[in-house]
Amino acid sequence: MATEVGLGHFLVVSAILLVLGIFGIFLNRKNVIIILMSVELILLAVNLNLVAFSAALGDLVGQVFAMFVLTVAAAEAAIGLAIVVIYFRNRGSIQVEDVNLMKG
Amino acid sequence: MIATIAFYVFSVILLASAAMVVSSRNPVHSVLFLILAFFNAAALFLIAGAEFLAMILLIVYVGAVAVLFLFVVMMLDIDFAELRGGFQRYLPVGATVGAVLFLELVIVLGGWKFAPDATTLRFSPTPANVSNTAALGRLLYTDYVFLFQAAGLLLLVAMIGAIVLTLRDRKTSRHQSVRTQTERTVAETLELVTVSLGAGTKETGIYGPKVTEPPAMEDAPHGH
Repeated sequence: MATEVGLGHFLVVSAILLVLGIFGIFLNRKNVIIILMSVELILLAVNLNLVAFSAALGDLVGQVFAMFVLTVAAAEAAIGLAIVVIYFRNRGSIQVEDVNLMKG
Repeated sequence: MIATIAFYVFSVILLASAAMVVSSRNPVHSVLFLILAFFNAAALFLIAGAEFLAMILLIVYVGAVAVLFLFVVMMLDIDFAELRGGFQRYLPVGATVGAVLFLELVIVLGGWKFAPDATTLRFSPTPANVSNTAALGRLLYTDYVFLFQAAGLLLLVAMIGAIVLTLRDRKTSRHQSVRTQTERTVAETLELVTVSLGAGTKETGIYGPKVTEPPAMEDAPHGH
């Protein structure tokens, strides 16, 4: 698909998106829900990269791979939020810094 | 020209909403900005020509993942103001790490170019005169069918895992006991009472359902 928008544009946008996601993990170290959202942003940046390369090279495998990344991201969000829910049920808070009970 | 303008508009909104996701004071706002970011990312996918993935992004992310986040954020009764402590403390570290990472990415991007035989090494070139969805389907159900099945298995495992993790067996919850039901005899469930004419239930000793007054509303705990 030839468009006026080149590969470089997409790569810059997804690089900024990735940096924002990692920045979010550092910024919200106590709130595990925002951390999960930041992970979603990082995976979105990865998907954007895959799609951009797929479009630039004319290779469909990139889009297939992006679909699998999407699947893994959905599974990860479901499991992560389930863990958050049971952790909240047991402890009454979701402070990430308290999650060191199993430290030996 | 139109595509370029649209690309800049959508990517600016995408990055702005991503910045709001990580810096918003209220987690509900964070989730809503996440949804906005997904919408704009889907528009970028459309510009890149991945129509099917754009629609999948909307359905899976906005329809399922973001709503899941919204459920959890609203369901848990969390003091989010307390969780924001240390926001200022982590800001310089995060900014430093982000800046370093971005600088590295810029360096990589600056000194990078396609291999000369990149176009000949393609696994499956995009077929002409076939829509994006049809081409993806042809590829996914033939060459990548095992990976496709593995993805389905992964989702199944994730689903079972989420259910097992969050399923809670309350002591107070009422279950059906098949054994008790089938072992009931007539003697312990039926009682024949001779009622004299005009007698009330109290005189005959027929047990009526106990009627209790519902507790006053002031005593009820205020839920969230």
